[in-house]
Amino acid sequence: MEPILKTEKLTIRFGGHTAVDSVDFEMPANHFKSIIGPNGAGKTTFFNLISGELKPTAGRVLYKGKDLAGESPIDRTRQGLGRSFQITNVFPSLSVLENVRLAVQSKKKIRFDFLRHFSSYASLTEEAEQLLELVLLKDKRDAAASQLAHGEKRKLEIAMLLALDTEVLLLDEPTAGMSLEEVPAILDVIRKIKTERQKTILLIEHKMDMILDLSDSIMVLFNGRLLADGPPDVIMQNERVQNAYLGGIEHGTAPQNG
Amino acid sequence: MDLFVNLLVNGLATGMLIFLLASGLTLIFGLMDVLNFAHGGLFAWGAFASVWFYTATGSFFGAIAGAILTGIILGLITEKLIITPVYGNHIQQILITLGFMLVLTEMLKVVFGPNQLAAATPEWLNGSWVFGDIIIIKYRIFIIAVGIAVFTVIQFILRRTKIGLIVRAGVINKEMVQALGIDIKRLFLFVFIAGAALAALGGALFAPYSGVIYAEMGLEFAILAFIVVVIGGMGSFPGSLLAAILVGLAGSFMAYYVPALSLAVNMLLMAAVLIFRPQGLFTAKG
Repeated sequence: MEPILKTEKLTIRFGGHTAVDSVDFEMPANHFKSIIGPNGAGKTTFFNLISGELKPTAGRVLYKGKDLAGESPIDRTRQGLGRSFQITNVFPSLSVLENVRLAVQSKKKIRFDFLRHFSSYASLTEEAEQLLELVLLKDKRDAAASQLAHGEKRKLEIAMLLALDTEVLLLDEPTAGMSLEEVPAILDVIRKIKTERQKTILLIEHKMDMILDLSDSIMVLFNGRLLADGPPDVIMQNERVQNAYLGGIEHGTAPQNG
Repeated sequence: MDLFVNLLVNGLATGMLIFLLASGLTLIFGLMDVLNFAHGGLFAWGAFASVWFYTATGSFFGAIAGAILTGIILGLITEKLIITPVYGNHIQQILITLGFMLVLTEMLKVVFGPNQLAAATPEWLNGSWVFGDIIIIKYRIFIIAVGIAVFTVIQFILRRTKIGLIVRAGVINKEMVQALGIDIKRLFLFVFIAGAALAALGGALFAPYSGVIYAEMGLEFAILAFIVVVIGGMGSFPGSLLAAILVGLAGSFMAYYVPALSLAVNMLLMAAVLIFRPQGLFTAKG
């Protein structure tokens, strides 16, 4: 099966520092891959290269076999590469529902046609409400986005990303800032999206224990390099991964004893 | 009492005219980040077009429709020729729109002659209602009613339509709207033309209100409109209504009680807002 997303020798250097170093990676459609690695390993930079926020120093990003060089983040979103951000990105003074509805309607063309408008308006709202229900935010639909707690904003952002209905979802720590009790529910939402909506998901996540049984595969970045890539149980047993994690960088999330 | 009511009606009517000018200006600034000093020119063109169409068609609604059409056409030309090349550069915007303002003003003199023109009020809006001591001029009530209707319609579009939601989101953060894959350039053109049409409508309503129109009136009203945009909060549509009414009323009451201050009062209002609430009475941005 042809990979939906692929990188070839993807590299970016900032001055003398190589943040992402010659990463070869690929994933098939409808696959759930998680990226782990200690802080500063280059995970978010890697995402920025795929989504087009950063230009690689060398190497290529291929989406469905097509080289994405020179395409803006907006072009990439239109083609099916949707991305969430590590910092929350919502319209603060719009209501929660309006935020999602904006994303829902953005995947359709703007119609400067006020007469046809009203029939489709209700269906837009309905679609937005369904998404809010999916991310467990339905009771907040009329609150201003600025009044949400941090974790709720992340949920809203996931709903907006889902509304764009892109084939690939790049999720950069979607559970950051959420309380520990909320995290499994949100990760469960993400898994449901993959199975029910046939999405391909690439996820950056720190809470390693929580992604183990969600992910089809896990890739490990360390100092900008691809350390390992494979099914969760294989990654857990990988000695290099254990060393990287147990090297004193992140004790808390170390995968001890598999 | 009759004096108070008269000053009130007068101030409200003036406020509504300024609102028609300022509402477009504030949306153009808020959404497109464009300082459009040519906006007053569209107001003056609306006034002259309405007088011309009134003579030509003999119908007041024909005059209004002609003025709005003129605003739409001029808005389209202005956005395409003057604004598009200077997106993102305020200095260039100020220079070119101020220059275009002068061109619009002089072109009025070329087309309609250098003299003031008289503007007639339609028969059915002429005269006044009398309630005891209180005399209310019909046409002023008409302006207030049109202003309220325009506010209601635009507020509905902003709150309850797809385009309105995109406009409000665009005022908060253009880049994010684009990141969602929405073509914001087309929306810019739409908003600019809508703003131009509102300005022209304002000019058309102003013509019978003042009785005479002249080419330089655009600049005078544009200054008031800019004051309103600052007071109301850049990009805030409800803010522009409130501030326009405030400016209209302040001008009307001051002109009667303290005539010497009537010109200064708007500047003082603006200065006070800039000192105590620099973001304006309303904030559109999050």
